[in-house]
Amino acid sequence: MKSLHAQHHALADSTYQLDVLNPAQTVGARFPAFAAKLRETGLLPLRPTEMKVMQINVGKMCNQVCKHCHVDAGPDRTEIMTRETMQQCLDALAQTDIQVVDLTGGAPEMNPDFRWFVEGISALGRQVIVRCNLTIIVANKKYNDLPEFFVKHGVQVVSSLPHFAAGRTDAQRGEGVFDRSMRALHMLNAVGYGIEGSGLMLDLVYNPSGAFLPGNQVSLEREFKQRLTRDHGVSFNNLLAITNLPVSRFLDYLIESGNYDGYMDKLVQAYNPVAAANVMCRSTISVGWDGLLYDCDFNQMLDLPVATASARHIRDFDLDALQNRNIVVNQHCYGCTAGAGSSCGGATA
Amino acid sequence: MSDASYYNPADLAKFGKISEWQPEMGRKFFDYYGEVFKEGALSEREKALIALAVAHVVQCPYCIDAYTADSLQKGADEAQMMEAVHVGAAIKGGATLVHATMMMNKAKELSM
Repeated sequence: MKSLHAQHHALADSTYQLDVLNPAQTVGARFPAFAAKLRETGLLPLRPTEMKVMQINVGKMCNQVCKHCHVDAGPDRTEIMTRETMQQCLDALAQTDIQVVDLTGGAPEMNPDFRWFVEGISALGRQVIVRCNLTIIVANKKYNDLPEFFVKHGVQVVSSLPHFAAGRTDAQRGEGVFDRSMRALHMLNAVGYGIEGSGLMLDLVYNPSGAFLPGNQVSLEREFKQRLTRDHGVSFNNLLAITNLPVSRFLDYLIESGNYDGYMDKLVQAYNPVAAANVMCRSTISVGWDGLLYDCDFNQMLDLPVATASARHIRDFDLDALQNRNIVVNQHCYGCTAGAGSSCGGATA
Repeated sequence: MSDASYYNPADLAKFGKISEWQPEMGRKFFDYYGEVFKEGALSEREKALIALAVAHVVQCPYCIDAYTADSLQKGADEAQMMEAVHVGAAIKGGATLVHATMMMNKAKELSM
């Protein structure tokens, strides 16, 4: 399977995606503007709270082509962060008290400067999170020692596993991904990840393999733990339930499967003011592979940069200017405010 | 041919409107309904699967629609959902067949 970008698909263009999502569109059902919902809740303009997380997307290159990927990542994507931009991230971090650096992609480990970057962040005494797709660990010999590398730097590993049933995982992430993920999880468990008392955190991400919202995070975690332990002898710490946002390949899936209107309606109907107040963009800054700054990884993929007059690139990082910005919202934001809420850390309400 | 049908998928979303003509009973029913499906001695997923099985046994299209979606949302997979329907089918089939004991009793009573 190719990325939408490689297929020259209309949805590879972020402007077209925003047209589809726009509440004033003339085709299909209309949904109330997200900004109007926020206004009703007294949250417009949406303002930052304390900046606690710097999420850095080190590139769109990936060994997988998942059907729901909002990054449109894949082996055919060549956009990756340079060491120069990584150094600018380190320089920016050094001027702040941001304690958590969340590395994402693509498969972040495929960036040739990934280990150098983790070492640099670790040397600043900050907690590194790596959003590891698991299969990269067993994709090639050069990645087989990633678990030991993660241990050395106390990295928190967060990995997608949409279901404990192989069929539902493979339907979303590709044929054979479930079996390879189990092999990788055994390797992570073997060095202590996900094992009680080790202090090495291994969290799994559940996101629905279809046009429905995630269920109760606590119930899902209990079920995942029971099934993965019993059927595969695998341990992990927390399950983070994340809603799929109507962006890029998941948006393509919704339209192609005839589920777009129904799914958007579910998101709008499930709008939760508590989740809206706790959205992660309020305490996160997102850095793109080219160093541009965004309110979140989804805005990044929709080419919606931070709404500051200047300081829109990591080389010009200005905490005061960023803390005074209004967060950019659009229709996809309904995904983070539905039901129990959704963020890169799971449910928010 | 008309497309008219006794069942319209859009009517599922109007379920709550049954309270309009009898608010007090409607409220009591939906309060009870909500309480039943809360996590308790059974998990929300187990309750969704039971509802899915019963939906098939009572052959309610609205309920099949609603509890297929709900089972998926609660984390059930295809195998669990189909097994639940088989449980319903087994009970329905068994309920038919167990009545054969009445037939056998009556036939024996009437026969030499």
